Amino acid sequence: MDLAKIKSSSGYLSKYGIFIAFVVICIMLSVATPYFFTTQNIIIVLRQVSINGILAIGVTFVIIAGGIDLSLGSVLALTGVVAASFAHPGTYALLVPVMLGILTGVIIGAINGLTITLGKVAPFIVTLGMMTIARGLALVWSDGRPVTNLSPAFNYIGGGDFLRIPVPILLFVLVIIVSAVILNYTRIGRYIYAVGGNENAAKASGIRVNGVKLFAYIMCSGLAGLAGIILASRITTGQPNAGIAYELDAIAAVVIGGTSLLGGRGSIAGTVIGVLIIGVINNGLDLLNVTSYYQQIIKGVIIVGAVLLDRKNAQ
Amino acid sequence: MDSAYLLRAENISKSFPGVKALDNVQLHVEKGKVHAVMGENGAGKSTLMKILIGMHAPDAGQIIYKEQPVTFKSVHDALKAGFSMIHQELLPFPELSVAENIFMGNEPTAAIPGWINRKKRNKDAQLLVDQLGLQINVTRRMKTLSIAEMQMVEIAKALSNNAEVVIMDEPTSAISDREANVLFDIIRDLKQRGIAVIYISHKMDEILKIADTISVMRDGKYIATRPVGAISKEALISMIVGRELNTIFEKRNIVPGEVALSVKGLAGLKFKDIDFFVRGGEILGIAGLMGAGRTEIVNAIFGLEKIYSGTIAVKGKPVIIRSPGDAIRHGIGLITEDRKSTGLVLSGTVKHNITLAALKNYCKGPFIEMQKERSIADQQIQRFAIKTPSANQVVNFLSGGNQQKVVLAKVLLNDPDIIILDEPTRGIDIGAKAEIYRLMNELAAKGKAIIMISSELPEVLGMSDRILVVRNGMIRAELTGAEATQEKIMQYAMT
Repeated sequence: MDLAKIKSSSGYLSKYGIFIAFVVICIMLSVATPYFFTTQNIIIVLRQVSINGILAIGVTFVIIAGGIDLSLGSVLALTGVVAASFAHPGTYALLVPVMLGILTGVIIGAINGLTITLGKVAPFIVTLGMMTIARGLALVWSDGRPVTNLSPAFNYIGGGDFLRIPVPILLFVLVIIVSAVILNYTRIGRYIYAVGGNENAAKASGIRVNGVKLFAYIMCSGLAGLAGIILASRITTGQPNAGIAYELDAIAAVVIGGTSLLGGRGSIAGTVIGVLIIGVINNGLDLLNVTSYYQQIIKGVIIVGAVLLDRKNAQ
Repeated sequence: MDSAYLLRAENISKSFPGVKALDNVQLHVEKGKVHAVMGENGAGKSTLMKILIGMHAPDAGQIIYKEQPVTFKSVHDALKAGFSMIHQELLPFPELSVAENIFMGNEPTAAIPGWINRKKRNKDAQLLVDQLGLQINVTRRMKTLSIAEMQMVEIAKALSNNAEVVIMDEPTSAISDREANVLFDIIRDLKQRGIAVIYISHKMDEILKIADTISVMRDGKYIATRPVGAISKEALISMIVGRELNTIFEKRNIVPGEVALSVKGLAGLKFKDIDFFVRGGEILGIAGLMGAGRTEIVNAIFGLEKIYSGTIAVKGKPVIIRSPGDAIRHGIGLITEDRKSTGLVLSGTVKHNITLAALKNYCKGPFIEMQKERSIADQQIQRFAIKTPSANQVVNFLSGGNQQKVVLAKVLLNDPDIIILDEPTRGIDIGAKAEIYRLMNELAAKGKAIIMISSELPEVLGMSDRILVVRNGMIRAELTGAEATQEKIMQYAMT
């Protein structure tokens, strides 16, 4: 029984270790710069992280299911230009660009998922291909130019406030809640863990493995679609060159949050902490006038350090 | 007296956080003898072996080798001193040649430092392999070898390191009886060369056949050492389990009911012309060598493997099974051959594994009913006597026997009428085996139809009402429990 106690307490540490690290970072930054811990700055940080946050939550589904998605940044750009081109003032109702943007993401996710499951091609390859395909489609669709002149209603999604809270933050929170519920409380969520943990055992348990994977990729790209809309609205432009390498920031947040790249293990809460750590550090270093060159180095150290911490706790 | 022993491990103790894995254990091994180490899973055999080969440092006690106290700081140290271990799960380099595998880390060097003398390596490797009487070309890639052949190559590797103590951890768990006999010949050859073999196995018969001395461990403690001739099988079993096991196999008196599953003319990639049926209340054994096609047949029935032709009928009605989901819906349950690769989500908890195949029954719409799930998982843990600190323990941390019980709890949660067990007791200890046999009898008594694949003949004979013998993808014989003997089964399985 002693053994069980020790194991559960180390599980406790690895479960909350990254959260503790986050709190420590926040305290340190608060001491270093008083402005850090003000409502105004907290709102700024949250608004900044909401797009990467939504991408990261999407890719959490795929990574827990044992896959990877490298196409997110390009999908974000493609969905952004598609949505923007239906969002000129006096053309369509707000719902049309929003739905079309998300639908574009869903279709890309379905193509990724079907190629991976039915075509039996490695997720890394398929989504690497989709990364340039979607980028190309974004450039073709927009003729290589930013799509500007968007309606105020559309621009409200990324730039407006609701009850004094920026809309992107509210959408981010909504995505967190829905995703956490799916992963923790629904059958498909449980199946995602099972498929990522051991595909063969999942299959032998009567689970439709291909369907589960397809769901994860659709969820991931669909959320990238939402993020694309928010970004286009925020910068009031559908920008075909937006979001380059965003997928790497998203994957980094997932990894910092303790989700295993081997699949089967991870959580939305972890991803949210990972997203916040990246956001807080970017913000804090900005406040401290650290040049962006150093910021990149520090971010890299944190990614590897977080996984190192996780390993140590797991032992 | 002392000088008769090549190796003496004295008063070895080792603790891991929370458990005392070894408590004052001893092991005295003679040159040129086969020393079997027996005990249930968790008895401490593996920990002791890991200490001998330098993977763990003992907390207390000492190892005396050739009359000198030794401390191995690493596996490399032990290897240099002449200790080699053939692990239960082999870790070959599949894409490299046999010769490269044998001399991995120990390559003969050429004139230029850092370069390998390939010619010498291949020649030496071939010599080693030939000496063992194996027909293997050492330039073949490792992955083209059978598991038994890979084991032999590991032994050749031990010889290339001039091993004087060779430890074998359940070497026959994944090979056929015929291959095991080749292995035994090689072990006898090792004895001739004066090498001491430490042999870990759960299989009583082979130990009585090959070993000179038996040491028994239980719960991390040393129990006794006896010469093989001086101990009966029954006495050995009671030493291992610490209690009398009068009969592992209980007698059943069951009148078989209706035909539950029948198969006609089934053919697939590795089998054909498969005709058989199984009735409610009956245990049908499927015997045969590894690779005979037994697993493929039951996998096909369960929808895990393609069927080229033939029909399957459940309770007289023809059914089409395209996926495990279809099979489960028709009341079929399969306990797969390898719990780690196809039975369990090792990263998942006990609870999540138990409910995985029946989750639909504990859902409202898309949502899992958490309360219901937890109570059903607790029920199953109790019913199958799964030893786990809680339902939320990660399955990977359980012992082999308890993991197997989790698989059983999962499959049986769907309450299937036709239960297929593929090697249900492989690699688990006698206590857990007895529990699984009791469970199978219990299920049969409730009128379930049971199919059991097993490579252990005493198990097939002890449990089955009827026995099918499969060879080369076809059923070669059907024997009743009364007429079947080990000899008869082997005769059909091999010729």
